[in-house]
Amino acid sequence: MKCWGFCRMNEITQGLYEAARLIFSLDSDLLEIVGLSLRVTLTAVVIASAIGLPLGAWLVINRFRFRRATIAVMNALMGLPPVVVGLLVYMLLSRSGPFGVLDLLFTPTAMIIAQVIIILPLIASISHQTIRDLWAEYHDLLISLGASRRQRIMALLWDGRRALLTAMLAGFGRGIGEVGAIMIVGGNIDHSTRVLTTAISLETGKGNFAFAMGLGFVLIGLAVAVNLLIHTLSRTERASVW
Amino acid sequence: MLQTRLAPADSILPLTLTGAVAKVYGKTIAGPIDLQVTGHGTTIVLGPNGSGKTTLLRLMHGLQRVRKGSVTWALPDTQARLRQSYVFQSPIMMRRRVADSIAYPLILRGMPRKQARAKAIEWAQEFGLGAALDRPAPVLSGGEKQKLSLARALISGPDILFLDEPCANLDGRATREIETLLARAQAGGTRIVMSTHDMGQARRLASEVVFMLGGKVHETGPAQDFFNGPKTPQAVAFINGDIVE
Ligand SMILES: Nc1ncnc2c1ncn2[C@@H]1O[C@H](COP(=O)(O)OP(=O)(O)OP(=O)(O)O)[C@@H](O)[C@H]1O
Ligand SMILES: [Mg+2]
Repeated sequence: MKCWGFCRMNEITQGLYEAARLIFSLDSDLLEIVGLSLRVTLTAVVIASAIGLPLGAWLVINRFRFRRATIAVMNALMGLPPVVVGLLVYMLLSRSGPFGVLDLLFTPTAMIIAQVIIILPLIASISHQTIRDLWAEYHDLLISLGASRRQRIMALLWDGRRALLTAMLAGFGRGIGEVGAIMIVGGNIDHSTRVLTTAISLETGKGNFAFAMGLGFVLIGLAVAVNLLIHTLSRTERASVW
Repeated sequence: MLQTRLAPADSILPLTLTGAVAKVYGKTIAGPIDLQVTGHGTTIVLGPNGSGKTTLLRLMHGLQRVRKGSVTWALPDTQARLRQSYVFQSPIMMRRRVADSIAYPLILRGMPRKQARAKAIEWAQEFGLGAALDRPAPVLSGGEKQKLSLARALISGPDILFLDEPCANLDGRATREIETLLARAQAGGTRIVMSTHDMGQARRLASEVVFMLGGKVHETGPAQDFFNGPKTPQAVAFINGDIVE
């Protein structure tokens, strides 16, 4: 069939239609999948931020022997292939692996663990860069005021909160669209570990392109919605300079 | 009037510099310096550009590493640190509201947030920042920023306050306002050490002068003696506004 490269246009429009149908019919399967996607990635972002933000700040204000190397490794880990992370977590959590007794494989918890590993370097690296600039500005003042190490970190995190929020959103973006790792450690089990990306992958494999597209649009919409929501909330302070 | 001093009885003064040297990448930029700061009053640090005024202040305040000799307070460094303040030549504004910026040193010292804020508002009003309380500190004008810096430096009731050319970019009116606030702090018992290029200001405020040249203390003494009978030709030239060789 000759279609001048537009063969798939039909499926894309159908995908839009499918997305609208899914959303407006409040399809219960869809809600479940969306809910789990959000739960897994948001939890991973929260955990990765709780570790990554202070770590980024800590790396700025502390001088130690392997600091540069640590930062270089952290930056390199930003590009960690999710599939490899998935494989690693799979092996750690599988029955015969070191954490096999926890029986976590193919659970949302396993997916969260994998995503934390994927997101953490990203959040830590971006926050490190942000905080390094702020520290250059604040250094003399915070030393002069006699701020303790902990107080310095707190001041840098708080005053850099807007940029750090962007780091968290970048982490969210990487997590919500990630399929390689959660597919392996979650297993894409219906009503248990199926999320948007794994569902898209499955439907594409089955040839249900329109349905897969529909889920794809929902995913994009979700990512945009979360970003807008966070930005709106953070702008409630209405300060324009930081 | 605002209470500036928290515990006037014991003081971190005198401050003693013994052969203190500051180096950058192995190169001496100031020192060796022998100097003592005692009692009450205002020490004005004078000298041409690059003579080491900023370096001396930073050495005293512990922002510049002492590479040789010593800089010691009457109390241990950890106690001394929280009882001295510094006003930078170019104000460092935290990304916070004016009131929160002024409250910050109190919060660092463990005062409950609400109480610290209330006190900060009082101080802001006293320092002419009453209308700017909820404005972000970075958007203030140059003069307002210096006033904020000064309020932030004084709210903790320091034994000693260092100022590095605090009026360098201010007009006459703002300069006079700052001088009034400084005079009040001094009356409250805060020792002041300040560098300036403004000879008029130096004459108005100084009780003691430290004249720097080439990274060393070239001449020092009571302000009266320095201005009326400088002992070195370089000091004479400097007071007359000539170029100091
Ligand atoms: N970080 C640094 N690296 C190299 N040289 C420095 C550094 N800091 C200061 N210096 C040098 O030390 C000398 C004294 O500098 P300092 O800033 O103390 O002078 P100053 O008297 O405050 O001058 P000004 O009146 O221009 O503010 C100068 O020659 C300066 O170039
Ligand atoms: Mg200077």
